[in-house]
Amino acid sequence: MNTSHFEYLPHPADARFIAHGTTLEDTFEQAAQAMFGVIIQNATLEPERQVDIELESEGLENLLYDYLSELLYLFEVEEIVFGQFKVDSVEQTNSGYVLKGSASGESIDTECHNFETEVKAVTYHQLKVEKESEGYSAHVIVDT
Amino acid sequence: MTQQQAKDFVRKVDDNIYDVPMDFQEGMRVPGRIFVSQKLMNDLEVDTLRQTANVATLPGIQKYSMAMPDAHFGYGFPIGGVAAFDAQDGVISPGGVGFDINCGVRIIRTDLEVGEVRPRIKELMNELFKAIPSGVGSKSRLRVSGSELDDAFTYGARWAVESGYGVESDIEHCEDGGFIDAADPEKVSEKAHKRGKPQFGTLGSGNHFLEIQEVDKIYEPEIAKAYGIREGTITIMVHCGSRGAGHQICTDYLRVMEQASRKYGITLPDKQLACAPANSREGQDYFKAMAAGANYAWANRQVITHWVRETFEKFFGRDAESMGMDLVYDVAHNVAKLEEHEIDGIKKPVYVHRKGATRAFPPGHMDVPATYRSVGQPVLIPGSMGTPSYILHGAERAMELTFGSACHGAGRVMGRAEAKRKFRGEILEKQLADQGITVIATHPSMLAEEAPGVYKSSSEVVNVMHDLHVARKVVRVKPIGVAKG
Repeated sequence: MNTSHFEYLPHPADARFIAHGTTLEDTFEQAAQAMFGVIIQNATLEPERQVDIELESEGLENLLYDYLSELLYLFEVEEIVFGQFKVDSVEQTNSGYVLKGSASGESIDTECHNFETEVKAVTYHQLKVEKESEGYSAHVIVDT
Repeated sequence: MTQQQAKDFVRKVDDNIYDVPMDFQEGMRVPGRIFVSQKLMNDLEVDTLRQTANVATLPGIQKYSMAMPDAHFGYGFPIGGVAAFDAQDGVISPGGVGFDINCGVRIIRTDLEVGEVRPRIKELMNELFKAIPSGVGSKSRLRVSGSELDDAFTYGARWAVESGYGVESDIEHCEDGGFIDAADPEKVSEKAHKRGKPQFGTLGSGNHFLEIQEVDKIYEPEIAKAYGIREGTITIMVHCGSRGAGHQICTDYLRVMEQASRKYGITLPDKQLACAPANSREGQDYFKAMAAGANYAWANRQVITHWVRETFEKFFGRDAESMGMDLVYDVAHNVAKLEEHEIDGIKKPVYVHRKGATRAFPPGHMDVPATYRSVGQPVLIPGSMGTPSYILHGAERAMELTFGSACHGAGRVMGRAEAKRKFRGEILEKQLADQGITVIATHPSMLAEEAPGVYKSSSEVVNVMHDLHVARKVVRVKPIGVAKG
């Protein structure tokens, strides 16, 4: 059974979500999908442009923070609104974790992309990556 | 602890002053102090109390961990949080400033009467909306070079004025003269430079706005006169911040501070409170980068002001000077400052963190511009969309009670997702139009997110500051035209 999905939870100022995945890779992909769901809703985004992502961080939570922050950075600087997220591997090393993957989407066009909310940043507030009986979950609050 | 048990801890000290005692939570070094009315206290989320208590555990905190009357649940510090840390033994925390470094507000006066503007407000808003890029993904009309960007990081509004975007008096009417001189662009990452460059001169999104207002009530005629405000005239308010540059600076340094907290053995009740000793390399690096972010925001608001003036000149066929388009004041809402405050009878330097709070210096304070020194610093409190905004003046109890700080707005009570379920942008637009307010936005859902119903009452919040003599009401302005990103 594929248990990968995400859900939004109420928060008075910001967007809060939990991503679930059968693997760490799925969980990270779901978290990215959830975050871009805050920025743009129900959009069909073609994988016209792709960027590769490779990150190394000391811990899983920092890796998630770095991964989502990197996507926000690429969104603004490369001007790509991402619709597909692929995390090929999350591997433990001597000094922490390494993530390899890619994200794809369309060049930002404010004429046709109806942006919902600006996500300023990923917060550390209640940021968690947890092992569950079936897979993993990630708790994230982004500042909007 | 249940919600009720948590609230039972809170002790009323005086009207509009409540304390969170140190036994509320383990590790508190000082009590929490919440400045709210009885009504606002009843509505206060327990999480806001917990966050206020969390801040009280940080090393070197002075007197109280404070929450202004518009305080609400944020991350790390509550929004509306004020805390001062000893410059020697205290800490600096990016979480005490927030991602949108120097998100702030400025107000421009005019001699235009409301009767001259109201009949043409729709066309005027359209022109302003065209002139000032706003919304997610919007790009600036300005193409700054790398060295110009560094100059903006270093000299803020002063750089903008020297580059032709404004007049000398604009700088005199900015908090800190429009720049913090501790800034060092070398402490700002390549990523923050890259994000900042194309967005320089953009309004942004979310709660940011540009508003045309009518001065509808004067509380203190003499002080209003000193600020150049006259009843029945038009004012222009700009609310925006440091855009992607600030967001990236905070993102980068939270990461640095997360490691620094461990290195220096600082116990954190919440990782978003990550911090470093004020005099450590990490602490000073962040302070210099944050100052650069703050300066970027001042330069950004200055460039936008220039475009507002240009638009008015073209639209009304008169020059800005003849319309009296002078900057009244510009305040930072999210910032950490090295200031001198009296603590237990001794004056000493402290890093005052204001996260969703406004500086509110009283009459006579040397950091108030000379033209306003006898009446106190203008304190600008934007209302939510469609509700009044206020100009207050810093008053006599501000230094003693709040490290010279006041509230910054109405304060949210509802999340954005819930707001979108409850309100429809198109209906709101119609309702506001019925009240004589023209609203223009990139997307109708933006309006729903910012519906007046998702905020506390701005008058209730302002009255707390007024009654405490922290900041006193001078002028009320009402929107007639609003542009949202």
